[in-house]
Amino acid sequence: MHTLFSSNILSPPPAPATQQNPFELLFNSAATSNSTASASNSSAHSSPIEYNLLTRRLQDERRATEDARHVEPTAVRRKGHPKLLLMGQRRSGKSSIQNVILQKMPPTETLYLESTNTVKTVSMQSFAQFEMTEVPSQLSIESPEIAYSEANFRELGTVIWVIDVQDDYLSSINSLVHTAGFLAENYPRVHFEVFIHKTDGLSEEYRYDAFREVRQRVQDELSDVGFGHREVAFHQTSIFDHSIYEAISKVVQRLLPQLPALEALLNRLCSTCGMQKAYLFDTASKIYIATDASPTFLKDYEVCSDYVDVIVDIKALYGWQQPAKKPAGGSDADDEGIGESVVTFERNGDTYIYAREITEHLSLICLMGKGSGIDKRVLIDYNVSLLQDAVVEVFKV
Amino acid sequence: MSTPERGKRQKQRKVLLMGRSGAGKSSMRAIIFSNYVAKDVRRLGATIDVEHSNVRFMGNLLLNLWDCGGQDSFVESYLNNQRSHVFSSVAVMIFVIDISSREPAADMINFAATLRALHEHSPGSKLFILIHKMDLVPTEQKHKIFQQKTEEVRARCTEEGFTDQQVEFWATSIWDQSLYRAWTQVLYFLVPNAATIESMLRKLADLLDARELILYERTTCLAVTHITRASEAHNPYTDRFERISSILKTHKHSMAKHTGMLASETSFAEMQIKTGAFMFFITRLTENTNLAVVMPSDEAAFNAARVNVQLARREFAQFDIVEKKAARDLPLPHRQDGYRGQMYGMDESQYSLNDAEAPIRGYED
Repeated sequence: MHTLFSSNILSPPPAPATQQNPFELLFNSAATSNSTASASNSSAHSSPIEYNLLTRRLQDERRATEDARHVEPTAVRRKGHPKLLLMGQRRSGKSSIQNVILQKMPPTETLYLESTNTVKTVSMQSFAQFEMTEVPSQLSIESPEIAYSEANFRELGTVIWVIDVQDDYLSSINSLVHTAGFLAENYPRVHFEVFIHKTDGLSEEYRYDAFREVRQRVQDELSDVGFGHREVAFHQTSIFDHSIYEAISKVVQRLLPQLPALEALLNRLCSTCGMQKAYLFDTASKIYIATDASPTFLKDYEVCSDYVDVIVDIKALYGWQQPAKKPAGGSDADDEGIGESVVTFERNGDTYIYAREITEHLSLICLMGKGSGIDKRVLIDYNVSLLQDAVVEVFKV
Repeated sequence: MSTPERGKRQKQRKVLLMGRSGAGKSSMRAIIFSNYVAKDVRRLGATIDVEHSNVRFMGNLLLNLWDCGGQDSFVESYLNNQRSHVFSSVAVMIFVIDISSREPAADMINFAATLRALHEHSPGSKLFILIHKMDLVPTEQKHKIFQQKTEEVRARCTEEGFTDQQVEFWATSIWDQSLYRAWTQVLYFLVPNAATIESMLRKLADLLDARELILYERTTCLAVTHITRASEAHNPYTDRFERISSILKTHKHSMAKHTGMLASETSFAEMQIKTGAFMFFITRLTENTNLAVVMPSDEAAFNAARVNVQLARREFAQFDIVEKKAARDLPLPHRQDGYRGQMYGMDESQYSLNDAEAPIRGYED
């Protein structure tokens, strides 16, 4: 009970060469992806046996990946970083999303953005390098500007289609279906997601109706052209609240091969330490790359992400004595001390937020529940440091 | 701001908030005292006549805030039939001047008339002139325009018989922390015993070996005073107190949203941030204040400091209003064991964390 993990989890055969980039993994066969899918299912209720099973499977997988690397070097390899392609009709909010997420532009200022005429790529250095490319509406997916090389598509992770739900979206759906069809035919590995955007302008009850209508229509049209089997994820988004971060988080998570392992770790931590909810945040972008299996509420995410802001801001104010190691700055993780933070609510003394720096770019934010009081802090600290080691290991693979 | 007469001042202080219609008086008040966020103030309507609000601050100080509607007909009545009612026994007048005003000349006439009335009924009062809406001025001209306006207004003040010491000028905007800075000055002026509190805090800071102590008022999140020691004086962020004010305020909002309570009700019992470079915690010091402590990175010293701040509460409690709340304070177990000035040092940190936490719990119910 006191130790979070069986001792053998962190002692797999010594990893060969350390890879810095978490996304530099081989994608072997469909079989592996099935096994990961089932692994994530099993992680929902993790008994020790299942957990060992998961561990073993993880190790097997790891070994398989290594083998694959030696045997077939021609395997399709997603190089580098997650690439996201934003598409959609003009004035649907693509540039706004790009600016708000990656360049921290205040949402109110996106009103003044000019419309984009060329393919525009913005990247952000974080736990991995994010790259978001915006495609102006007049270009279709087949146009040479986008598909100038096969390689471009091979590196592409996800195509996000943005629909302005306040506008007339029927014409947008047509080009959406066309794009989805093209991708399904030629690049089946690329994920396709739909953002039903600008929901802030709709009233609460109408919002869900509109969402359902768009989803239904898109699915119908897709199955009409014979791609009904393709999994398309839909998100309701708005740049004026946290829903856009939530949606982007989900998109990034789908691209992350380590997700099942991370989720299993967080589940385990939550059940052991009586946490309500745990998020693994990418500190710079406030995207969460994993969370435990308990139901997700937007307000939990909001309070955690606001809290990340508080910590980062105060750190900036008093961390000035430390010479900035990198020109990028912002993160002052170092070897001598681990960042850690706790905020206790008044009145309901049991719930509090616990934050802990995991790596330079990642932090763990937990909403603590009943029974994880201050007196248990030592145990929680210990367990979280085990999790920290595990996460570092997972990303080394 | 001489200290001896400070303690003798009455506890209820009358603060006039004046300025022309649309200058931003009520917006200011809403942000500082009613937990509004800047973008929500557009919902406010015009103030009719005078809106009184009593704000309890630091326990024994009751701010009697008169938000005077600025439409010409109201001002007319303040200056005539309500003249002595409005302008007598004023401690502080805050006059808000809209820098983007379209009728600056009319503003000045109105200002001069108000000054005359004020000088007539309370010649000893303090004036804070807030040159407001500075966000509308392009950055490179800010300094110059502020200087110009200051000169112009200062000339008027001298004309009406106010000395330079009685008048302070601040450039403000609700969109950044400048508003907090100006109000911090106003409150610092009003707080009784500020010098005593400061000297006690300085002692505490020496004992804790802290880099910085900042005392915040609890509901408004305004910095009352701060003690900076040693190297922290070179901190390049000179506006850090105001920034923390606004960080805390934002945090309060997000917590209110999360817990479903009103923003005015939520407050945290404690917040700690530890990094390799510094350690920071903010916790309740008295019923109405929070103390933020910034220390060098050292786990043991940090825990000792937390315990010591808990112990120091008793000493600071006398600055709060006593009334019935004192009765609530006493039954707590470890308060009775006669803390008299001595501090628990690091070698005595066997003082368990649980006991230290007890007073916090005690206040929750």
